[in-house]
Amino acid sequence: MITAAETQSGLPRAPLGEWVEAFVSWVTSTFAWLFDLVKSVLTWLFDQLDTVLSGPPFWVIALVLAGLALWARGWKLGLGAFIGFAVIDMVGQWGNAMDTLALVIIASAIALLIAIPLGIWAARNDSVSQLLRPVLDFMQTMPAFVYLIPTVVIFLTGEVPGIVATVIFALAPGVRFTELGIRQVDREVVEAGHAFGATEGRIMRQIQLPLALPTIMAGINQVIMLSLSMVVIAGMVGAVGLGSDVVRALQRVNISLGFEAGLAVVILAMFLDRVTSALGDRAPVAKALKATAA
Amino acid sequence: MTVGPGVTTQQDPHQAGRTDAAAGQAAPSDSDQGAQDSLLTKTTGTTTGTEGTPAVQVENVYKIFGRRSGEAARKLKAGASRADVASLGTAAVIDASFEVAKGEIFVVMGLSGSGKSTLIRMLNGLWKPTSGTVRLGGQDINAVGAKKLRDIRQKSVSMVFQHFALLPHRTVLDNAAYPLEIQGVDKASRLERARTALDLVGLTDWADKLPSQLSGGMRQRVGLARALAADTDVLLMDEAFSALDPLIRREMQEQLVELQSKLGKTIIFITHDLNEAMFLGDRIAVMRDGRIVQIGSSEEILSDPANDYVAQFVADVDRTRVLTASSLMHRPRAVVPMSAGPRGASRTMREAQVSAAYVVDRSRTLRGVVYDAEVVDALRAGVTSLEGLVRDDLTAVTEDTSLAEVFAPAAESPLPVPVTDAAGRLVGVIPRVVLLEAMVPQHLEETTDETSTQDSADDDTVASAAVEQAPTSAGAADAVAAEPVPADPSEQTTGEHP
Repeated sequence: MITAAETQSGLPRAPLGEWVEAFVSWVTSTFAWLFDLVKSVLTWLFDQLDTVLSGPPFWVIALVLAGLALWARGWKLGLGAFIGFAVIDMVGQWGNAMDTLALVIIASAIALLIAIPLGIWAARNDSVSQLLRPVLDFMQTMPAFVYLIPTVVIFLTGEVPGIVATVIFALAPGVRFTELGIRQVDREVVEAGHAFGATEGRIMRQIQLPLALPTIMAGINQVIMLSLSMVVIAGMVGAVGLGSDVVRALQRVNISLGFEAGLAVVILAMFLDRVTSALGDRAPVAKALKATAA
Repeated sequence: MTVGPGVTTQQDPHQAGRTDAAAGQAAPSDSDQGAQDSLLTKTTGTTTGTEGTPAVQVENVYKIFGRRSGEAARKLKAGASRADVASLGTAAVIDASFEVAKGEIFVVMGLSGSGKSTLIRMLNGLWKPTSGTVRLGGQDINAVGAKKLRDIRQKSVSMVFQHFALLPHRTVLDNAAYPLEIQGVDKASRLERARTALDLVGLTDWADKLPSQLSGGMRQRVGLARALAADTDVLLMDEAFSALDPLIRREMQEQLVELQSKLGKTIIFITHDLNEAMFLGDRIAVMRDGRIVQIGSSEEILSDPANDYVAQFVADVDRTRVLTASSLMHRPRAVVPMSAGPRGASRTMREAQVSAAYVVDRSRTLRGVVYDAEVVDALRAGVTSLEGLVRDDLTAVTEDTSLAEVFAPAAESPLPVPVTDAAGRLVGVIPRVVLLEAMVPQHLEETTDETSTQDSADDDTVASAAVEQAPTSAGAADAVAAEPVPADPSEQTTGEHP
């Protein structure tokens, strides 16, 4: 009776939120052992990677990352990356940036481990594709920090809820691009595989995945960029890294800290974007198609 | 609808003879080159080993796309039309039946949407027929499991695709070797066999390039080499040359015919281009709206179209390249044996009312031609032998000369062009009027001149009509060249020669 009065139309108030809350608390208590396991694994992973990235002096890591850019694209990107890292260090955000990078790497890797097989499955099975589509739409359009709420309930504060929320948030483009890439592969080429008597597995490995690779790489790029944006938001739930400084700057209306941390995010984003898209161009199919112009 | 399995059976006896002969010819030339070429020897072996069963047998095959395809097939069998079952599904192939003999080039021709691509994809099981059977070398390919089907595809049937369907990230050589990689052939020998296949299509020097670095024609040669490397007896070619520009296409067609005669493969070729079909096909199946409306040799389809659709389709074909001299030749009327002498020659010319006669020797080998004026002069002079009178100033053509090549001799001489067989024996003549008539498409003839259509079907009438234009004047050559063709030659002929 009371709830019905809250709606404009007079229709009964649907307690969807309460149901979700009840569901989350049921899940939390029922699968506590699983979440504990996930939490300890993720914490361990993050600690290991963070030690690798934050442990050595600035010069070592900056040179290694700049070297990666150099290998992937060329000396311009390598030099640009190194200057960018120097700027990050000069505004005092190097440690945060490495924490953020560690979070991005772990979250993207997990997201891709889930997304690519899902994408392959969806590409091969129309029902799966139709089932996944609304789920992916939901995951992509839900405001990013809403994911933080249940993850905080389940995993409390720290890096782990940040990673889990990031994985969910960044999953969608990985699935979509993989499915799209495989479905876009020239039907005749796949037919050729069948016509010469290849097994489904061989067609997937030797024809569909290689030909879809440029598109899948674009998906990987998207997953990484979304991960970066999400791990910054994860600063709100106490995840370490650039996000925590951004949140702090917001709370204190600290323009200088906000700018410096924000700038570090931008530089990191540019580095990740350029390097991953350069890797996409290095895919054999992409290279082969470029040879036409040569 | 009118043409179903009946057409196939009707053509079969005729075809069996033809292709057996073709296979017989191919075999010796194979073994000549066999020693240096593993591809060739192997093909020869398998071909001769299983002589008898057709390479491909298609029986009453239906393919309907849609959820209620089975119901649609039943209705079609009961006599429903394609439009009747449109609500149940799209009928892509309706009641297709044909057999392809070993070593034959069988062309399926039709416009887009006629079901030809669907049909060819049922021959290697890429599509499963809604109803009917497809047999490859006697084996029903839809009655086997997935593993066996892959095995059949690896060993018995390969395919060349319209847009080449090469793997862009692999080199030309690796592409050609891909079927062998699928078959599990070890690397060294599969690359060697792929090189042999590339040699066959003339791409030896391009082995290490990527497909994107090649022109369209060369890419399709890679597609062909890939299919040849698989070394299957049956080759399916789906609009294989349609994406190429006309000059390259012609070159590829010629190369395919050459390869086929060398390797003796059974080729099923899909095309929408009638000229291509006519050039390549030993037999042609014309498809329309999912049905095979006619099966026959290119000459049969040109000269005896099964219905108006086929007739219209063939109307703009370059007949001169399709029809051969033998299709138009008629019985020569004025033939004089060498032994007949001037007296015999003059009598023959008088009876046939012509001003010149062909002279043959005892074995009917064409020796030349004698003209009336000279024969009469010789008679007056008391000459008893034709030896000195025979002129060899006319060019003979052989039976399988294409009409395009008959024009030049026909223009040079007012006499019908003599046609000889391989041994040089006179087997017929082609009067110029017949040659000109053949250029007129069938449906135009029907509207403009009813009688001329009759003529081309009736040897005697036309032959005599044409030969008889000469005699009215003493100067035979000038007379024939200048004299207009009578408006109704058949009437004239029947009047004078009951």
